[in-house]
Amino acid sequence: MNNNEILVNAARFLFLLALQIFLLNNINFLGFVNPYLYILFIIFYPLDGNKSLLIFLSFLLGLSIDIFSDTGGVHAAASVFIAYMRPLVLKFSFGISYEHNSVKIRKANLTERLAYFGSLVIMHHLMLFILEIFSFKHIFLILKSTLFSGIFTLFLIFISVVLFSTSKKS
Amino acid sequence: MQQIIYFFIRNKNFLLFAVLFLVSVALTINTHSYHKNKYIGSANTVAGKVYKVRNNVQTYFGLDDENDLLVKENLRLREIIEGLKAETGFSAIDTTQFDSLINASVFKFIPAKVINNSYSKSKNNLTLNQGTNDGVENDMGVVTANGIVGIVNSTSARFATVQSILNTQSKINAKLNKSSHFGTLIWNTKDPNVVQIVDIPRLAPLKAGDTIVTGGRSTIFPEGLQIGTVIDFSADKDDNYYLVNVKLFNDMTSLSHVYMVENKEAEEIILLENSVEDEQ
Repeated sequence: MNNNEILVNAARFLFLLALQIFLLNNINFLGFVNPYLYILFIIFYPLDGNKSLLIFLSFLLGLSIDIFSDTGGVHAAASVFIAYMRPLVLKFSFGISYEHNSVKIRKANLTERLAYFGSLVIMHHLMLFILEIFSFKHIFLILKSTLFSGIFTLFLIFISVVLFSTSKKS
Repeated sequence: MQQIIYFFIRNKNFLLFAVLFLVSVALTINTHSYHKNKYIGSANTVAGKVYKVRNNVQTYFGLDDENDLLVKENLRLREIIEGLKAETGFSAIDTTQFDSLINASVFKFIPAKVINNSYSKSKNNLTLNQGTNDGVENDMGVVTANGIVGIVNSTSARFATVQSILNTQSKINAKLNKSSHFGTLIWNTKDPNVVQIVDIPRLAPLKAGDTIVTGGRSTIFPEGLQIGTVIDFSADKDDNYYLVNVKLFNDMTSLSHVYMVENKEAEEIILLENSVEDEQ
């Protein structure tokens, strides 16, 4: 990572943390649906960046969100989980081009992007709600929350991708 | 030896992941057990301060509603005072007499402001702007003019977090106002303004619109505080008890000024109860 990338990622970390605790945690669409957009940090962490560092930073990000929303360690656990699984998901979604280090997430086609974002979002949200609700009596609540929050998060991720890529061109 | 070091280097990502994941799960489980101290949460200084700053901005947008609520509460309290005056024969407002009344009360109230509130999760918490410096302790009840809110579960010097009644771990003693049949108040996570009461015996004369109040069985809440009204009820699966849906008087989604209740006799009662248990 060069200096510029470090700055961009640090800024993204802080911005997504603030956005999550001040705005997105309070949306409560239909009473219970909240998007968890902060995983955008994990999604857009440089593909050639240090993997151990990503795992550690994801833990910090998740823990900060846990502290502010009084949820114990559920966000930290879910973030660490997807940070660890990211190389696997990348290989699964982009196939051979990931192994040749030639993936550009912003330039990938829609199916590849959907596979990458979608699988990370679902893994994260499922882990999050299993740990948060912590009871198999409420298995339908877990699945329902995962589905609705997941769709919401995915929607916001695609919007942010569009926003950021247009700002880069101009 | 070299083999072991190589093993660690080769699997360093997995090991890091495993350690951090276990730490997170341990923190999660720690918050699921109510009586343990929380290590992390929004009662700490940094998070508390950030929420306080946010709250300073937010409160301006709800000042009108909040004033209405406080005026209504004042009105109700004034009516009660006038009623008491008529009953006891206090003619003029004599503050010394009121002071002695306040001292005689078993319960002490501490006013506080809600600086963070959640109601869309299955385990909800609130953060208040008063902490141990102001006399707040764990296990104090939190109420508003309209009803109960929750129980203090973690404190720092200047902030406290509250386990909301909208939390699947909350179990609060409640009773029917008119017949004093006891039940337990729980929440099924569906609607932030509707809670459930279980274990009310089938003998109880129950109908929609009945008022539910706190029972006197716990040392946390004073007896007879309003909670809500019965919407509907059904027999549970054993047919011996009712499952009751209760609409809260409080709007749990917009809370601002609350009171923390301290039972001055709680320590003595708990000590006595524990000593009896020890002897058995």
